[in-house]
Amino acid sequence: MTALDLVPLWTVLLGLAVFYYVVFDGFDLGVGILYGFLRDPTEREAAMSSVAPIWDGNETWLVFGGIGLMAAFPLAFAIIIPAVYFPILIMLLALVFRGVAFEFRFTRPALRRFWDRAFWGGSAVATLAQGIVLGTFIQGFAVNGRQFGGTSFDWLTPFALLTGVALMFGYALLGAGWLILKTEGALQDRARRAGRVCLVGVLIAVAGVSIWTPIAHPDIAARWFSWPNIAFLSPVPILTAGLVVIEWVALGRRTELVPFLGGVGLFLLSFIGIAISLWPMIVPYHYTLWQAASSESTQAFLAVGTLFLLPVILMYTGWSYWVFRGKVRGEHY
Amino acid sequence: MVFDAVFLSRLQWAWVIAWHILLPAFTVGLASYIAVLEGLGFFTGNPVWRRISEFWIRIFAVSFGMGVVSGIIMPFQFGTNWARFTDATADILSPLMGYEGLMAFFLEASFLGVLLFGRRRVSPLLHFVAGFMVAFGTLLSSFWILSANSWMQTPQGYKLIDGRFEPVDWLQIIFNPSFPYRLAHTVTGFYITTAFVVMGVGAWLLRRAKAGEEARIMIRMALNLLIVLVPAQIFLGDAQGLDTLAHQPAKIAAIEGRYDTVQPTPLTLFGIPDDKNAVMRDAIEIPELGSLILTHSWNGAIKGLKEWPPDDRPPVGPPFFAFRIMVGIGFAMLLMAVVGQLLRWRGRVYEARWFLGLCQWTAPLGFIAVIAGWTVTEVGRQPWTVYGLLRTADSVSPSLTAGQVAVSLALYMVVYLVMFPTGIAVMAGFVRRGIGGSEPHPDPIEGGRPEQPFAAAARSGGGER
Repeated sequence: MTALDLVPLWTVLLGLAVFYYVVFDGFDLGVGILYGFLRDPTEREAAMSSVAPIWDGNETWLVFGGIGLMAAFPLAFAIIIPAVYFPILIMLLALVFRGVAFEFRFTRPALRRFWDRAFWGGSAVATLAQGIVLGTFIQGFAVNGRQFGGTSFDWLTPFALLTGVALMFGYALLGAGWLILKTEGALQDRARRAGRVCLVGVLIAVAGVSIWTPIAHPDIAARWFSWPNIAFLSPVPILTAGLVVIEWVALGRRTELVPFLGGVGLFLLSFIGIAISLWPMIVPYHYTLWQAASSESTQAFLAVGTLFLLPVILMYTGWSYWVFRGKVRGEHY
Repeated sequence: MVFDAVFLSRLQWAWVIAWHILLPAFTVGLASYIAVLEGLGFFTGNPVWRRISEFWIRIFAVSFGMGVVSGIIMPFQFGTNWARFTDATADILSPLMGYEGLMAFFLEASFLGVLLFGRRRVSPLLHFVAGFMVAFGTLLSSFWILSANSWMQTPQGYKLIDGRFEPVDWLQIIFNPSFPYRLAHTVTGFYITTAFVVMGVGAWLLRRAKAGEEARIMIRMALNLLIVLVPAQIFLGDAQGLDTLAHQPAKIAAIEGRYDTVQPTPLTLFGIPDDKNAVMRDAIEIPELGSLILTHSWNGAIKGLKEWPPDDRPPVGPPFFAFRIMVGIGFAMLLMAVVGQLLRWRGRVYEARWFLGLCQWTAPLGFIAVIAGWTVTEVGRQPWTVYGLLRTADSVSPSLTAGQVAVSLALYMVVYLVMFPTGIAVMAGFVRRGIGGSEPHPDPIEGGRPEQPFAAAARSGGGER
């Protein structure tokens, strides 16, 4: 009963969901990271208010990404998640602290300082953990049949730590872009300067990953550097370099939208780069997307609802962003 | 009892889900309550509804935020600790959870932002719609996650291929035999839980004179809901019990504390279960009542646990005691609902200090009942994750060691023991602030000082007596 191969559809859907999560929760986690470098209480208030109405909608994409992976490629979920047992644990607990900090700051002043730290500390640690998961993914997994075959500390490598730090700079860059959009005056200037620092960090880290990965994995090197692939694929690094220049300039000019969009563009190119390197693996370097796929009936059943509901979700999510458009006005319920 | 990765993973699951379920137990009901208040405010234009609604929205925001972060943890538990279960069941269970996310989580999250922060940014109608959408989302969420849970209890509509469950009929999967009963019983339980909290908080506000009319409205609305829902819940619980007897008779044997099959079956009120020797010690029994309750006939037989091999039996202690706690609370709630209505009928409910005090003390009862009910159904279905088909011991991730799970469990414990008390303190702080209304608050009746008869008569619209 092979009717329709839904694996390409689910690959695209899941890719979009993960990318959406990375950009949207990325900027609000990034705002959390930058929050740690703000001293002025009103600036902190403005930074937090800029993400308060939307953060849990953004974080919902993490749940959807996780469950989507479980639904479309359950074998990948069952192998990858136990492999990153501790990074996932740390990420979840850090997200707890940072999430409840939005509400718990309204306690006594002594506790307020604690929850302020929980907000930026949680944001930073959750990002680091996500970056480590990404690095472990690129590194590949030890597999034993249909189960993870390594130990719970396989993720602890310099490479994964590098991707962890890289993601912190990356999210902070998105956060800076968001703050430039949503705030004005001194806070916006601060965000512009922070954005440049992050951009340098991103550049170094992405370069490091781009050199390390082909050296560690000859297959990936062959894919990128063999003829004629190099001709088709060279636009990815060239565009990235160009975008870095644009981003650097935009952070110094008066434009408010370009820094955010530039950050999103850099993430998109990195995302495409990783996809090119790993295609068609979903459990690198053991199972392809097709091998890890769930039954056709499972993929079809959820695809029907997803294709119908995602546009609706994007519509009312867009509406809720529209409601809170413009500069932060520092309001609360 | 061995402290291996399986047992510790079960403890970890129990820990994170027991805390998590307290939040939907409250927010499902509260979201609906807020939607009703927003609706009443919108259609009547009376500002009192809005004052009550805004009071509860603040509290809702805190509990919902906690629900989100403790909820994100749940799906990842399937991967971190239960990878073999995931590999076996994901084809069936993950689309159900996927639909929960698509239909409920996004809806709740987007409209919650508008409900919390958007009062001055959107029209009153849209604000009411936002409240309604959040409430609708919580109900859709309950629908899908309870469907997934119920399938694990009463699986159908699948085929087994190489130890993996593959879907055959989605309608059979979603509407599996225990689902309608579980959904009705659970959501009703959530509404009752919220009503007791609303009533308790209303009573506190009234006694401390932190609110007047608003607090009386809260108590009145809660009592009116409870007089309908508590009797209905007792009926629904009985229906779920009968359904369980049909599909999971071993669970019923554990609930009843019944090791031997006896006909007619007595009802064991209390006893000390001994699983090792399969006897109930110091049992207090009422002859034939067990048959009557469970089979609705005087002579029906209920299978004892000895009908199953020892490896297939659930432990008796937790379901046996938890069930008695749940049922005890159910009847205490019924008493509260009836007494409250009687007092209202005699026009004394807002002055009866003893009753308001009782309302405060019974406010958390629903939470205890929810946890007890959860214990009954989840421990009672052991030793299976997919009932009769996949054992809990065969569900855990193979890479985990006991030490690693002990570390993660300890961390979850520390974090939850920080998060939940703080959350409760923050919510209590909002309650303590009271409701700043337009109506001057009456004198406090705390301390047993009754209202002066003159003032009471004046407020009850009297004076012509």
